[in-house]
Amino acid sequence: MKIETDRREFLKLAGLGGGVVFASSLWGRALAGGEDEFHFVQLSDTHWGFEGPPNPDAKGTLPKAIEAVNALSAQPDFVVFTGDLTHTTDDPAKRRDRMKQFRDIAGKLRAKTVRFLPGEHDASLDRGEAYQELFGAPHYSFDHKGVHFAVLDNVSDPGAVVGATQLAWLKSDLSKQKADAPIAILTHRPLFDLYPEWDWATKDGAAALEILEPYPHVTVFYGHIHQEHHHKTGHIEHHSATSLMFPLPAPGSVPKRAPVPWDDKQPYRGLGWRDVEAYPAKGTYRLEQKPIKAAEVRAPVAKEG
Amino acid sequence: MRFRARWAVTGLVPVLLLAAAAGRSAEPRVVKISAKRFEFSPPEVHLKKGETVVLEVTSEDRVHGFNIPAFKIRRDIVPKEVTRVTLTPDKAGTFSFRCDVFCGDGHEDMTGTLIVPE
Repeated sequence: MKIETDRREFLKLAGLGGGVVFASSLWGRALAGGEDEFHFVQLSDTHWGFEGPPNPDAKGTLPKAIEAVNALSAQPDFVVFTGDLTHTTDDPAKRRDRMKQFRDIAGKLRAKTVRFLPGEHDASLDRGEAYQELFGAPHYSFDHKGVHFAVLDNVSDPGAVVGATQLAWLKSDLSKQKADAPIAILTHRPLFDLYPEWDWATKDGAAALEILEPYPHVTVFYGHIHQEHHHKTGHIEHHSATSLMFPLPAPGSVPKRAPVPWDDKQPYRGLGWRDVEAYPAKGTYRLEQKPIKAAEVRAPVAKEG
Repeated sequence: MRFRARWAVTGLVPVLLLAAAAGRSAEPRVVKISAKRFEFSPPEVHLKKGETVVLEVTSEDRVHGFNIPAFKIRRDIVPKEVTRVTLTPDKAGTFSFRCDVFCGDGHEDMTGTLIVPE
């Protein structure tokens, strides 16, 4: 089923927050060219190593998400983790231990391709040294079935910038693309000033958006804010993902930016992962938010005999 | 009557000159703010609307950021240096400032408040 969605509809959907299905604003606007649909999964802000009341199942939430992704009948073409793989620590050895543990758990995904990018908790205290040892380059690009994906690192500099070198790389990388190529940006922090009062911004994000602006089909998938948020800057769409550790409140809705308390009556509320259906020929996406399901409590089985 | 008026005018001149000189020499109030992981001290700074102040911000441990989004002010705060920020609040309200250079587990809580009464 196709859903025609205009800008007003985009904003209406965005205002719902926590919605289950989200169709991008270009949905249904047919472009020339054939279809080569695919889907990928976005997991974000797993904060491996975090412990505390906001998530009494800190060690179980990520495995539950992986189990759910593995259970999909159609496996995603790839899975991407959009930063804050681990929770920050001052201890370089512990940082590496957490990254190794995280990598082992992520290795249980059935999907053949798993991609990573850093968050400030992974990379800002050592300028990405440990991250690069274990996961490789923090910015790169790849092509998949007609979509050009560019991964931007806006966290290895603790001042939350993309930086001149990477901006030059982005400009050069995109210049090799067709003018109307569908482009997806994967990054950790929002590239626009979502709410600088809570550090929800990238200082030179506007410079990155200026480079992206000439391309008509650009979509940004990011994390950092631990909740779904849908926004447009000009024609560029920005979609943030939920966390797999603890949710955060809506921007500016409370005086302090603190985790939303765990609710025993609604365990895993606000946590989850995202399935993204991509339609490269249309330059559109269909986003489906998936919750974390609590393990079913089974009645003890009576022993026979 | 004319004499009195002249006297009044000439008598005013030195007073005005003194006032002008005093205005020139009056330095803005200095407010010292110290930063360390993961707090600003004092966490609340009281300012007057329209009053120019100089915020002298220092760091006790490492590089921090000092960002007041409402007034579009941001600086890096480097240890052993005094960072001076001149600010004249043109609006009343409660405005947050925060560290925007990631400094560890607690960075998110490193915030302060500017209070500017009407």
